[in-house]
Amino acid sequence: MSQSFDEISAQLRRRHRKTTRLKWMSMGALGLAALFLVVFFGDMLAKGLPAFQQAQIQVQVDYNERAAELPLAAVQEDVRPLVSRGYLRLIPGRMEDNPELLGTTRKEWVLADSAVDQYLKGHHTGLRDGQAAVVERLQADGRAELRFNSGFFTRGDSKMAELAGIASAAMGTLMTLLVTLAVAFPIGVMTAVYLEEFAPDNRLTQLIEININNLAAIPSILFGLLGLAIFINVFGVPRSSPLVGGLTLALMTLPVIIIATRTALRSVPDSIRHAAFGVGCSRWQVVRDHVLPLALPGIMTGSIIGLAQAMGETAPLIIVGMVAFIPDVAASFSEAATVLPAQIFTWAGEPERAFVEKTSGGILVLLAVLISLNATAVVLRKTFERRW
Amino acid sequence: MMNMPVSERSLGPAAGQGTGQPMVRNDNAQHELSVRVRDLNLWYGETQALKNIDIDVYQHNITALIGPSGCGKSTFLRCLNRMNDLIPGVSLQGLVEMDGRDVNEARMDEVALRRRVGMVFQKPNPFPKSIYDNIAYAPRMHDLVSRKVDVDELVERALRDAGLWEEVKDKLQEPGTSLSGGQQQRLCIARAIAVRPEVILMDEPSSALDPISTATIEDLMDKLKRQYTIITVTHNMQQAARVADYTAFFHLGELVEYNDTQTMFSNPATKKAEDYITGRYG
Ligand SMILES: Nc1ncnc2c1ncn2[C@@H]1O[C@H](COP(=O)(O)OP(=O)(O)OP(=O)(O)O)[C@@H](O)[C@H]1O
Ligand SMILES: [Mg+2]
Repeated sequence: MSQSFDEISAQLRRRHRKTTRLKWMSMGALGLAALFLVVFFGDMLAKGLPAFQQAQIQVQVDYNERAAELPLAAVQEDVRPLVSRGYLRLIPGRMEDNPELLGTTRKEWVLADSAVDQYLKGHHTGLRDGQAAVVERLQADGRAELRFNSGFFTRGDSKMAELAGIASAAMGTLMTLLVTLAVAFPIGVMTAVYLEEFAPDNRLTQLIEININNLAAIPSILFGLLGLAIFINVFGVPRSSPLVGGLTLALMTLPVIIIATRTALRSVPDSIRHAAFGVGCSRWQVVRDHVLPLALPGIMTGSIIGLAQAMGETAPLIIVGMVAFIPDVAASFSEAATVLPAQIFTWAGEPERAFVEKTSGGILVLLAVLISLNATAVVLRKTFERRW
Repeated sequence: MMNMPVSERSLGPAAGQGTGQPMVRNDNAQHELSVRVRDLNLWYGETQALKNIDIDVYQHNITALIGPSGCGKSTFLRCLNRMNDLIPGVSLQGLVEMDGRDVNEARMDEVALRRRVGMVFQKPNPFPKSIYDNIAYAPRMHDLVSRKVDVDELVERALRDAGLWEEVKDKLQEPGTSLSGGQQQRLCIARAIAVRPEVILMDEPSSALDPISTATIEDLMDKLKRQYTIITVTHNMQQAARVADYTAFFHLGELVEYNDTQTMFSNPATKKAEDYITGRYG
């Protein structure tokens, strides 16, 4: 006897309930994930945005002989502790460069000490009572304010928080990634092309394939050790340089690029290969003229994501000495440099209150770059997506 | 050599059967030899897909290969331009001769062979390039032409020969994949003839097309056979009867009967072929 509608509905109700429950659970999980993300971004923005502003105060600067000897003497005693020492130190040099300054007195907006900066941002801790009163007075006269902190982007690291910027780290990241790209991209793509289009399917290639897949899962710090052992100890590549950092990250990025390229090559339909072989292409012509152009968007997307991964990497770079106090922008690939995440790591270790916002500011910059890299990857994929 | 079970019906002495020639000659057709196949055996790993195939294919004819699914028609076709080389685990024995040379000999360059033996596939597979580049790619690659005017002329001629020129002459720069299925298949034919091959292999060229496009392709094949030797696989008996001069019936990897198409369809020499043609065999 077959079941009646009512009997079937009774059973179905239980199943429908299960579906509903599962749906709510997944939505809850999604909500939680979104909440974490919002909290994380909110916190970073709240802490990091102030880093893009820096206090400046207007003071009277006396360019006289005494100031050339003792830069502190260039400003009045009451505001002296409020002015950045980094700024004062530059005065003698500037007087040498512009002799006409000598003997003049000018009102100038100058970089304030980080304690003043923090005071204006509402952290009333670093200043003594007398100094705080002076700052209050300056502020009331409109002679102390927060301005856009262009130095954050144009200066390298510094022990004085008001002078510290990300320029050297950003340049270091760029140079390191250039090395990574120049090494990992051609080697990765050619390896994948060989494995996918030329290699016979035997034990050896299967072994290589398994190893490459495993390589992608190795903790990145091990690549640092490998880099130290091979590039620095065997080949004598200079420590801390973008060259050694880039090579080390290339080791790490290689499996990502190989896997992405193989996936992209595999997604090219065989009918295209047959068509090309059918008109008399050699294997290399099939790959160069037909398969690679179709796979290229996928290859680029994968490579960009691999590079973005490498860009956020710190652990392997600690081992090859790129996490250090490097105030100057590296002038060549063999000079000491640092990278953005390493810079963030260094700042995070500073005890001073002012470095907290630097840390978050650095993270914001890094995130912005990473997000735009990933967005580029998505755009590339969308624009060049082909239907055949 | 062909081993024919005694139970099979046979029309008199199976003339020429063992020598690879058709049992009955079509006297309207050309009889210049194009491809000679002798004692061809092919294995995919351990399984034998072709058994002792002997066949002479004549120039400027259409030869149709028919037979149930999985009997080795495509496999045989791929032997003629060595596309089987691309499949791992294939081993091959026997002779496939063109112009007095064994196409499988070590000195034969498969790229040179595929220039003389073009191929059209079951599913239209134009390159994801413009219509123009689909045609121009191979001749340029083989250095047949280089000057722009020559390429233009060659593209036009190939498209005209394939009966596609009038339809696409105003949109040569549009992607080949934007054409309809039947147009794409004619584009693929134009691409194949652009390098002036001698033999064109077609593997069920119209099985993915509607009846009208199919008729267009059949007309085209009929025209093309004046210049080319065409070997085509088809599951459509009427099509074989309509277009082919000779028909070869394959069964389980063997060439059971090779005959003049008319004889094959009116009075087949073997029972297997008769059963297949009349639809008594799946
Ligand atoms: N790449 C391959 N690897 C292993 N076996 C194969 C391969 N291609 C074909 N075969 C086998 O060889 C035999 C002949 O196949 P083939 O494709 O030549 O048949 P066909 O006559 O073209 O069939 P259809 O009419 O369905 O296209 C079949 O048994 C098939 O399973
Ligand atoms: Mg087939």
